[in-house]
Amino acid sequence: MDFKYGVKKGFPIAIGYFPVSFTFGLMAVRDGLPVSLAVLFSFSNVTSAGQFAGEKIIVAGGAYIEMVLTTFIINLRYMLMSLSLSQKLDDGFNLPKRMITAFGITDEIFTVASLESKKVTFPYMCGLICTPVLGWTLGTFFGAVISNALPALLSSAMGIALYGMFMAIIIPPARKSSKVLTVILMAVLFTCIMKYVPFLGFISSGFRVIIATILAAGIGAFIFPVEDKE
Amino acid sequence: MVSFTYGLISVLLMALVTYIMRALPICIFRKKITSKYFNSFLAYVPYAVLGSLTFPDIFYSTGKLYSAIVGTAVALILSFKGKSLVVVAVGAVIAVALATLLHDYVLVNVFAMV
Repeated sequence: MDFKYGVKKGFPIAIGYFPVSFTFGLMAVRDGLPVSLAVLFSFSNVTSAGQFAGEKIIVAGGAYIEMVLTTFIINLRYMLMSLSLSQKLDDGFNLPKRMITAFGITDEIFTVASLESKKVTFPYMCGLICTPVLGWTLGTFFGAVISNALPALLSSAMGIALYGMFMAIIIPPARKSSKVLTVILMAVLFTCIMKYVPFLGFISSGFRVIIATILAAGIGAFIFPVEDKE
Repeated sequence: MVSFTYGLISVLLMALVTYIMRALPICIFRKKITSKYFNSFLAYVPYAVLGSLTFPDIFYSTGKLYSAIVGTAVALILSFKGKSLVVVAVGAVIAVALATLLHDYVLVNVFAMV
């Protein structure tokens, strides 16, 4: 499991990221952010929902504490992923290597690494991380530069790209395993309950994802414990 | 227009918060977790996270419910067939764009005649 294999697995993520980060760059510049800041935003944060929310706070001139709290809540799921990934690393990871790997924990990179059948190596993780981060940053750059030249039809259609990518990751395993499918359906059900039941409306979208994940994965683990591989 | 210094501090601050959350667990948990229940939980986390992120938000992702439904259906079919991330993402975008065009065309040309 070498660097090249990692790049190969990361490349489709990079292509999938492009339209999403393109939309981000487009939006940031239309909202009055300089191109340089939009690009730095993507390169340093590498989050989708977190960046979109953060950008809106900046444009509104919000307080720093508001940004910290919003980012914290929306991105809290990365802590779960980071914890999960810690169990997937091979013996070659010392602290600096872990610190570098941590930078690249996104929904997609984490999921692709998790679904590898063996433990992952440091070169693999580097390869898996570098192309998507590049795609994410470049997409923002092009979106920011092209900005107003893009037809509205295309810029609104691109909103679905990220979700399409999510589905491409989870549907095939769900097809093979009814346990995985059940966990996904539970997570969706819990999310919908929290979103649509009126008195639960106070739960923010970031917390919805965390609560639904903990409940669905927790119940899943209880009903269908996974036999230890290796 | 946003002040550059304010924007820069904001961006770096959010990057720092995000990085700390990503780094803490992976740096602290160096040992193997032996609990079967907890390992099963961690194995199901990716599916639960992505499921929760996708639905129902995908239906609001294009600004119009009808085009989002078309895009979702296309993404569902393509991913069910095991197509790659790129094919599914791009296919959904094209489906949404076509649905929007068709909808607008019908609205302008067909209903205008009635």
